Amino acid sequence: MFGGIFYLFLFLSAGEVLSGIGLPLPGNVTGMLLMTGALATGVLKPEHVRTASNVLLDNLAFLFVPPGVGILVHIQLIRTHWLSISLAVVVSTLLVLIVVGGLQQVLGSRRRNERSV
Amino acid sequence: MNALFENPILWVTVSLGAFLSGKWLYARNRFPLFHPVLVAIASVIFLLLLFDVEYETYRGGGDIISFFLGPSVVALGLPLYERFQQMRSQAPALLISVAAGSLVGLVSAVLPVILMAAPELVVMSMAPKSITTPIAISVAEQLGGDGSLAASFVVMCGILGGVIGPAVLKLTGVSDPVAFGYALGAASHGIGTARALEFGRTEGAAGSLAICLNGIATSILAPAVVGAIMSL
Repeated sequence: MFGGIFYLFLFLSAGEVLSGIGLPLPGNVTGMLLMTGALATGVLKPEHVRTASNVLLDNLAFLFVPPGVGILVHIQLIRTHWLSISLAVVVSTLLVLIVVGGLQQVLGSRRRNERSV
Repeated sequence: MNALFENPILWVTVSLGAFLSGKWLYARNRFPLFHPVLVAIASVIFLLLLFDVEYETYRGGGDIISFFLGPSVVALGLPLYERFQQMRSQAPALLISVAAGSLVGLVSAVLPVILMAAPELVVMSMAPKSITTPIAISVAEQLGGDGSLAASFVVMCGILGGVIGPAVLKLTGVSDPVAFGYALGAASHGIGTARALEFGRTEGAAGSLAICLNGIATSILAPAVVGAIMSL
């Protein structure tokens, strides 16, 4: 567990450094990519980070409480622009569902058919 | 009393207690509106209003909790690696679908709010609305939006996709389990994936892969795509 926490912070630090010197990604996303790379190349074993990762990911929802409370500050803004906000949320969620589901269905199944031939 | 309110430890404790109460309530009544996060947020807001405490005061404690969002995003590297190994044979299709979904998601999120003259803060916070909350907060802040605002749009998309997503996918003829779960994860992150898991393990695994990959795709594409639309 302690080792896992160390590795997570190690990759986070490396990600923050790379993003700090100009990589156009949030430091935490860069850190995630670095950890995935380390796992894919076998430098890091899933067992090294499993316990620590699961503790964080299983309780991820708790970390959304502060940003959720922060909505207090923006209530007026949401009230004023509720129509455009609702429109964006509904249209965009439907489009992403249809585009990703449709494309994956077509591309994924074509590949399976090729293999079965 | 005021000195106590200024102590961030108090707000960490209040947040933990509020979340714990939410979990307790949800275990007894699995009504979607009793989700522990929603109950916790509502309870904390209620207490702040009751005792007339400024959000900025609460934020001292809130920032201590939010600090753990960073290592949590890194931790997503583990499901990303394991789910990707599991579905490697479909890698090209998965990458193309998620890249297209990310692009369509960004454009269709930003255009309605721009066309209806919402302020730039709303536009920049809306852009990452389909990705998982911790990454969405970072992306929104990088674009000049607001993390809290982004988090609330993320939750709206999550609940909407979780509720109507399966019906929409069935109507459009998406029957493949991987495509079904993948679409729910890409459009509605953790909430969509929890819904996908109700249909099967393959659907759930595809959903958690989509959360990670859409988070990455959208962080890469957002600055360029939103920049291009804003300059039109």
